[in-house]
This record gives sequence, C-alpha cells and structure tokens, in this order.
Amino acid sequence: MLSVRNLSISVGPAGKRVVDDLSFDLASGDMLALVGESGSGKTMAARSVLALLPPPLVTTPDSAILFDGQNLARLAPQGLRAIRGAEIGMVFQEPMVSLNPAITIGEQMAEGLRLHRRMARAEIRDRSLAMLERIRIKDPGKCLAAYPHEFSGGMRQRIMLASVMLLKPRLLIADEPTTALDTLVQRDVLDLMVELTRENGTAVLLISHDLGMVSHYVRDVVVMREGKAVEQGNSTEVLHAPRHEYTRRLVDALPKRSAGGSRGTVSGEPLVEISDVVIDYPGRRRLFARTEPKRAVDGVDLTIRRGETLALVGASGSGKTTLGRAIVGLIKPSSGTISFLGKTIANNGGADARALRRDMQIVFQDPYSSLDPRQRIADIVAEPLKLDAGMDRRQRTARVEDIFEEVGLTRELLQRFPHQLSGGQRQRVAIARAIARRPAFVVADEPVSALDMTVQKQILLLIRSLQARYGFACLFVSHDLGAVEQVADRVAVMQDGRIVEIGDRDAVFDNPRHAYTRSLLDAAMLIDRRFAGSADARRAAAQ
Amino acid sequence: MVRFILTRLASAVPTLILVSVAVFVMMRFIPGDPAALMLGDLAKPGQVEAMRRQMGLDQPLAVQYLIWIGNVLTGDFGHSIANGQKVLPLILDRFAVSSVIVLLAVLVASAIAVPAGMLAAWKQDSLGDIGVVATSTILLSIPSFWLGLMLMMIFGLYLGWLPIVGYVPFSKDFGHAALYVILPVVTLVLVESGPIARMARASAIEVSRLEYITHARAKGLSESAVIWRHAFKNAFAPTLTLIGFVLGSLLAGIAVIETVFTIPGLGRLLVDAIYARDYPVVQGTMLFVAFIYVVVNLIVDMVYPLLDPRVTA
Amino acid sequence: MSARALARPGLKFNAVFGVTVTALLILLAVAGPWMAPYDPLKLDLPARLSGPSAAHLLGADEFGRDVLSRLASGARTSAWIAFATVIFALVAGTVFGVLAGFLRGWTDRLIMMVNDAFLAFPGLLLALGLMAVIGASRDGIIVALGLAYMPIVVRVVRAAVMSIREREYVEASRVMGNSEFITMARHVLPNCVAPIIVLATTMFGWIILSESALSFLGLGVPPPAPSWGNMLSTARPYISQAPHLIILPGLCISITLLGINMLGDALRDWLDPKM
Repeated sequence: MLSVRNLSISVGPAGKRVVDDLSFDLASGDMLALVGESGSGKTMAARSVLALLPPPLVTTPDSAILFDGQNLARLAPQGLRAIRGAEIGMVFQEPMVSLNPAITIGEQMAEGLRLHRRMARAEIRDRSLAMLERIRIKDPGKCLAAYPHEFSGGMRQRIMLASVMLLKPRLLIADEPTTALDTLVQRDVLDLMVELTRENGTAVLLISHDLGMVSHYVRDVVVMREGKAVEQGNSTEVLHAPRHEYTRRLVDALPKRSAGGSRGTVSGEPLVEISDVVIDYPGRRRLFARTEPKRAVDGVDLTIRRGETLALVGASGSGKTTLGRAIVGLIKPSSGTISFLGKTIANNGGADARALRRDMQIVFQDPYSSLDPRQRIADIVAEPLKLDAGMDRRQRTARVEDIFEEVGLTRELLQRFPHQLSGGQRQRVAIARAIARRPAFVVADEPVSALDMTVQKQILLLIRSLQARYGFACLFVSHDLGAVEQVADRVAVMQDGRIVEIGDRDAVFDNPRHAYTRSLLDAAMLIDRRFAGSADARRAAAQ
Repeated sequence: MVRFILTRLASAVPTLILVSVAVFVMMRFIPGDPAALMLGDLAKPGQVEAMRRQMGLDQPLAVQYLIWIGNVLTGDFGHSIANGQKVLPLILDRFAVSSVIVLLAVLVASAIAVPAGMLAAWKQDSLGDIGVVATSTILLSIPSFWLGLMLMMIFGLYLGWLPIVGYVPFSKDFGHAALYVILPVVTLVLVESGPIARMARASAIEVSRLEYITHARAKGLSESAVIWRHAFKNAFAPTLTLIGFVLGSLLAGIAVIETVFTIPGLGRLLVDAIYARDYPVVQGTMLFVAFIYVVVNLIVDMVYPLLDPRVTA
Repeated sequence: MSARALARPGLKFNAVFGVTVTALLILLAVAGPWMAPYDPLKLDLPARLSGPSAAHLLGADEFGRDVLSRLASGARTSAWIAFATVIFALVAGTVFGVLAGFLRGWTDRLIMMVNDAFLAFPGLLLALGLMAVIGASRDGIIVALGLAYMPIVVRVVRAAVMSIREREYVEASRVMGNSEFITMARHVLPNCVAPIIVLATTMFGWIILSESALSFLGLGVPPPAPSWGNMLSTARPYISQAPHLIILPGLCISITLLGINMLGDALRDWLDPKM
C-alpha cells in the first residue's frame, strides 16, 4: 500500500541530505517501525510522507512516495489535503503541544470529520462520544467541552489517537507517540494504538528510538543512522542477529542486566539515613483562588550504605526527585530527619551544613541546563575545588585534567563552552564536576533519560566504573527500569510519596512482591522479557 | 471562570489605591503653595492662612489624603485654580475628544497591523515579510509629533486637501468633525502600526513552529483554515495585551498630537495645567488617565481567556 | 547557534546600520561642538528663516541661528540625556530587581507593590507628572524619565533573576557548597547580563523619543538651549515659511531611533537566538 522508493531529503534543493536514499514497503494492515537515534532522519522521513517537512527541508526530485500507486511526493496541495487525515493520519510526540490549547477537544475531534466526511453535526457528536467511550475516557460529554490543558499527558495522547482514528484512516503515522510518557502510561497508549488500528485494518508506520519497545509490537523494522537505512528486516532477527555494526551497537545498548549480580549485600556501614521524612509543597491561599497543599514525600525511611548504588524508581509525581533533592539539601523536609555520616543535616544553609554537604553531590537530568552557559568547561569542573582552601591553582588544574581523563573526555574540550559540546559530553562534564572533590555520596537524578540509547549505555558504564574506583555511594533516581537494572545494587520503588518495596535488585526484578512493582515491570519493555509476551499474548492472557 | 474574573477585579483594587497615593504624594511635592497660587499675587498673608484652612492644607498629610480620596469617590475632583471650573466635568469633556481619536486610531491600526504581521510571519523571509518588517521598524522609529507635522505640511499646506488645525465635535457636525480628525488619526495609526505589526509577527512565528500547527495540517486542513482557526487565536493573545497597553499609553501620549493639531483634548489639558501649576486639574487628570489605563488592562486580562483558556487554570 | 543567526541577511544589515548610526550619534555628541560651523546660540537676524545656503549649510532658524550647529548641539543634549537616564534607570532598577529576586519574601512583595503602582501609569504620564514636580530642566528630565523607566528595569531584572535561580546549574552551585552570595555573583548575575543589555539598548531609543516629546511639549530641555524636540516646537509657527526647520530635526530623531532599534534587534537575535 505504501511504497517508499529512493527517498532523499535535503536542506534546500542542493544542501546536506538528512535522509539519503531510503526505501521501504508497508502492506495494508501491517506495522513497520523506523528506528534510530536523534539525527537519524527518521522523523523527517515520516513527515515527508504527508509533505509536512519544515522549511527549508525538501524531498529531492527523484524520491517516490507511492500510496496506492499515487506518488505523494509529486501531488499538488489540494490532492495532498484530501489524503491527509482522511487516508493517512498522524500522531505526534509531545501531547503537551500537539493539541491546540485554545480550542475545545470536541471541536478538534469534529474538525477532521467535518472536513473529510461531510456529516451532520449530531452524527459527528455521536461518533466522537462513542470514540471517547471506546478509549475509556470518563464522562465523554464533559470531555468534548473541555480544553486540552485540563488533561494529563497520557490522556491527551489517547485523545489525539482517538481524534485521528475517528476517520478510520488506512495508514497511521505515529511519531514517537509515547516517548514523553511514564512507563505505565506508555504501555497503555501503545496497546490502545494497536487495538484501534487492528479494529479498523489501519496500517501503522511507527517512529521510535527504542528498539526494545518496537520489538514488542512490530514485526518489520528499518534501522536508520544519519539518514541512511543501515539494516531492515524482522525485528526479532535484527535484535538477535544484528548484521550491521551500528545495529549491533544499538542492540548492545539496550538495557540488560549487568553480569556478576548486584553488590548490594557486600557493603554494610550506613552512609545516609533518612527517617520518617515528609515533604509538603505548601498550598497558596488567595482571595478567590486556592491551591491545595500537596504531599510529595509521605513518611519515608531509607538507608543508603557506603559504596552501594540504590535505585529509586517511580512514575513522575511519585516524589522520587523531591526526595533526592532533599537529601542534598535543595529542599527542606517538612518533618523527619536526614543524617549523613551520622550527623543530622541542618537545613539552615549555614556554613556547617555546607561543609557537610561538600561530601555529597548531584548530577541532574538535563545536561543542557545543569552547566552554566557562561563558564568554560575547565572552570565548571574546577569550581567545587575552589572551596578547598588547601589547593592552589596548579593543583586544581592538575586535578581537573586527571578527572577529565577519567570521565573519558579529551583536553581540547576544557577551553570550550557548554553549548559547543554534545549531550553525552555535557553529561560527562556534569559527572566530572560531581566527583571532583571525591564525594562519599552522589545523587544521580535521571542522569541518562535525556540522552540517546547508545550514549546512555556509555554514561551508565562510566558511573559504574567511577564508583568501582572511588567507592562513592549513589542514589540513582530514575523512571527507567532498563537503566536501573544495569546499575543498581538495591532498588526502592516509590508510589505516591511512599516507598512500597525495597530490596536487592535481583529480588525486586525477579520476585516483585508489591502489585505496583509488578505492573511497572510488566509495562517496562525490557529486552529480557521479550518473550514473556507480545501484545497479543498479553491481551489473550488478560481475557 | 467567575473566580478568575473576581480575582482579577480584586487585584486591581490595591493597584488603584497605590496609584491614588502616588498621585497625591507627587502633587504635594509640586513647588509653590496652592493656596497662595489660588489667591494670586495680591493676597494678604492672613488671607493665605484662611485659604489654607479652607482647603484643608493645615491638616496632616494622611488626613488630607483621606479627605481627597473621599471626595474623589463621590465624583468631586475639586475646582480648577485657573478658572474655578469643576475638574471632573472638565476632564470628561476633554476625554470625549481624545478617546474618539485614540479608539479610532488603535482600532484601525490593529485592523491593518495584525493581519499584516501574521501574513508576514506565515511567509517568513519572503519579500512581503521583509517589506512588513522594514516598514514597521521605520514606523516604530518616527516620532508621532513629527509625522503629524509632516502630514500637515503635505496634505494641509501643499495639497490643501484637509484642514490643518482645530477640532469640531462629532455631535455638532459629523462630516466636518470627521474631516478634522483624519490627520491626527492617520498619524497615530501609522505610528502605532509599527509595534503592533512586529508583535503580531513575532508571536505568529512562535506559534507557527508549534506541533499543533503541523497537526492541523496533517488533518488535511487548508492553509487558510490552519492560519485562522488554529494560529490566529493563539498568536493574537500576546498582541492583544500590547494593544491594550498602546490604548492606555496613548491617553497620555496623545498630548503631543493634540499640540500639533491644536485639539482641545485630555493630553493638552494636562500639559496646560502643568504650565499653569493648576494642581487640582493635574492631580485629577493624572488619576483619571491612570484609572482608565488600569481598567483597559483589566478588560484585556478578562478577554484573554477567550483566546487562551490556560490562564484561568 | 549565534553563527546561524549571524548568517541571516536581515540581521547583518540590522547590525551594520545600527552600529553605524549609533557610532555617528556618539561622534556627533562628543565632537559636535568642534565640527559645527557656529555657536548654536549665535544670532544672525538677517539670515532669519533662510533656507540652506553657503553661509548656513542647513539654513537658519527664526532668530537666524545656524540649524546645522543647533542640530549638532541637540545631538549632544539628546545623547547625554538618554545615556544618563539609561544608566540611572539601569543601576537603580537592577539594584531593586536583584534585591527583590534574591531576597524574595517581604522585601520582594514591598518592592513589587511600589513598582506595580508605578507601572500602572502609562510611561509618558508619569514623566509629565514628575516634570511638573521637578520643573523643566536638563537634569530634571533625567530624573523624571529615569524614575518613569526604572520600574520596567526592576521587572525585567527580577524576572531574569527569578528564572535563572531555578536553573539546575544554580542548584548545582548550592549543592557544591557555595554560599548564596557566591552563587548569585558567579552564576545568576552574569546570566542576567544579556537581557539587561538588550533592554538598555531599547530603552535608549524610548528615552530619546520621550525626551524629544517632552521638549516638544515645552516640558523638556528649556530654550534657548537646542534639543531636537524643542527645535520642532519653536519652528511650528513657521511651518509654511521655513519647512526645513520642521523636516531636519525630525529626520535626525527618526534616523537615530531607527539605528538604535535595529541595533537592539541585532543584539536580541545575537544574544537570544530563540526570538
């Protein structure tokens, strides 16, 4: 049905090619995935099918995008508009920005039907209501009159999916439809997508960076790198016997449990002790409006031992990040105590507390905002050392160069500014800054979730090797069970501000005791669980 | 929604109180004794004292403020020192003149500049876009009073098409009145189109890069439906705030235009009162204009949720 | 990113034109008195209202004073007033803005309450009111316009401080063990400089415009000292006899503002590629 031949996309008619000579076929009712990291051109390839490339990108004249034998790359705008939405639907990545904030859900759902199907008002409404009910939205009537900002990200993504599938298109292009969502929600939305497209016999072109996730749902994959298709074929085969060197790297980067087991039981002495910590975000009261106070962390007890990696796992809003920040003193607990090396951390910001805190550090999620854009890399890494009165300039420089080597960066980068570095390099700089003073404890707050898969792998390995060398303990805060599985000695699972399960990594992953842990694990598309069930098998089991 | 409106209304009250305090304090710093000014040069010392007592000037400042604000709330802005007229009717008379010109100018300027800016954004870097950007940057840089003088020179003196100076109330002779306001209105339209077009263009460009615009195209909507149904409301929201700001600012800024064309408006009243040290008039006019400015911004705030429902959350 | 922005043809033109005009203005302001052919106050009654001639390159005004010399002197006045006002508004505004953003709590609420009251006046209205208090003089304008524009600086600086202090690199500095003061001085303030520079440039233009408007209304630079605004005001009665007296000062204001606006656009694009 869809046959893409020699698709090339360039920056302007003669510029650099972001997609180079890509060909693939998709039969009616089938699923195909384009898989690649950032910069692979997968999104642009998908957008070109509907001629939605942002200027100055253009498809080259010899590209052919045949949809039922009709070349979409050559079609006039009117012809394209008749196909967009009606024959080929598209779902976007960011649910927060892909629905119009100023128009009601009902209006946005009706728009496509009105345009392509010429239905009466009442019929459009009935169909919309039926569809919302189908995707299990509470109170569909109210939903139609609501605006997008009244819904969570997962809900918005379901609504967008519903509004696209309302027209029963023959092809659905889904551009990273779940990347921005939590693990549990991600599984939900993907399952819904598969259900809806199956029911209507709609073919799916799925764009994703996650080979592991794709292999759970899709049979045929095209692996892309820097605009070129490096490998295509059956997803199971690609996964188990990658032929191309890049695919092999990509497969290697998929989260797998590190060999040799956890080291959780090895060390003993407690380093950080948290007892009965409660953290509230205060509500605000104004004359006619009032925001309710929110309890982010609700009575947590936790001990982190010297040298171990404790992973703190949970969905967004579970309080895991808040707890991590409270330990390093960025947030003051409402009650309870946090002690470090046996001393209670006073949260008054005085010099005493500061001195205590110098033994602990933090690595943030986003390496783009965690480095001061106006400082040179060398100064960023040297800054924590300036607080050490015993160190002169020469010693500091020597130490910075040492650390730089340890985190795997070359010295030329020292004189650069953060924006001149790649995401992976920046995160290495952030790690270098964190370990510069040889801390006993590091909080890593989602340190890899903003990075590409292959880079994630490198950073996780780096953290582990640095830990082996310097023996610092690490609180690894993450929503990503794959990453956790690779680095953790022990795992604590957080839900609604409480720790619901804690234990050695293997125990938690293999024999989860709490229902929430089980559902998280079930939803996480871990590669080791590849054969635990495809989407069909799971659905069959559920019935 | 109701709660949103109430909150906004309530938030304007302390602002208005502070504004009135600021105006009051400022007037107390004007050099010269109002009582002496009122009596003129031939007053005897005893008379000044009596006048001061009569005007309440011997009371503590806080009391004076309370007396004044109490009077203001009942519509008594005092009497002009220069001619003894009641201040409030004087202000309202002049406001009727200025508001017609300002409203007309802002409406026409918005009607021209908003579509121009948005179309320029949609055809970014085209010749039309460069034309709009260049024109609006030039218009932004021309002082209104000079543009007024130049237009007067061209259309009034050389071509003789339009009257040069003066004003006829609309209530008296509509056709004649319209003829007199053409030049001032055109001047303001030209000058205010600059910032409005630039703002409309900038916010439309921002909106055009958002995912929901691509989403709208992916639904098969025509380009004009994408612009008017999906981009316009979102892109217009920040521009509306600017238009409110322009509208309010012009009530004071129009003083220069009224000077150029000799129009008896609110701005000119203020400037003349400042010359004459007619402090009740200065005080009343400043309070009145600031009040209108706050109200205009309040109205904009209340209309805003219609364009962007997120703000009520 | 800035390299890409610089490659845009419009930006290059903006930058070149803006820098050229600003440089000319500064040159005229500094060296004007030596370059001008006459004393700007010297009367030459026979040349009254005369157009351009060999003796008076750009003509003479209603008292026969040389227009070219007066324009040059006016440039000096305008540039000096704008410069002094920007510095005044910027320094005072930054101090209050940083205090509000840094200390937060009651200090912030108090500063912002007073600030919002000032912002509730349209800019020129506040300047007019203050001129009434201070009286028309060159230093009076600086104080009046400085006070009128300061609230905008407070707002921008406070917003910048508030947003930057929530960035992760600032949190990293705290975790590192740096004191609040060091964090502020080393990480927050340097990152506020870009928006302040852009604001200062734009404000320079606004102030030149406001000063000329005040002078035109007779509440700015008092005659006989020339400023572009009061030259327009005194020439208005002679609009039919001596149009050059109207055209020239206005042209000076317009070109200056155009240059400064374009410089502001170029700076904004350069420092903040997002716009």
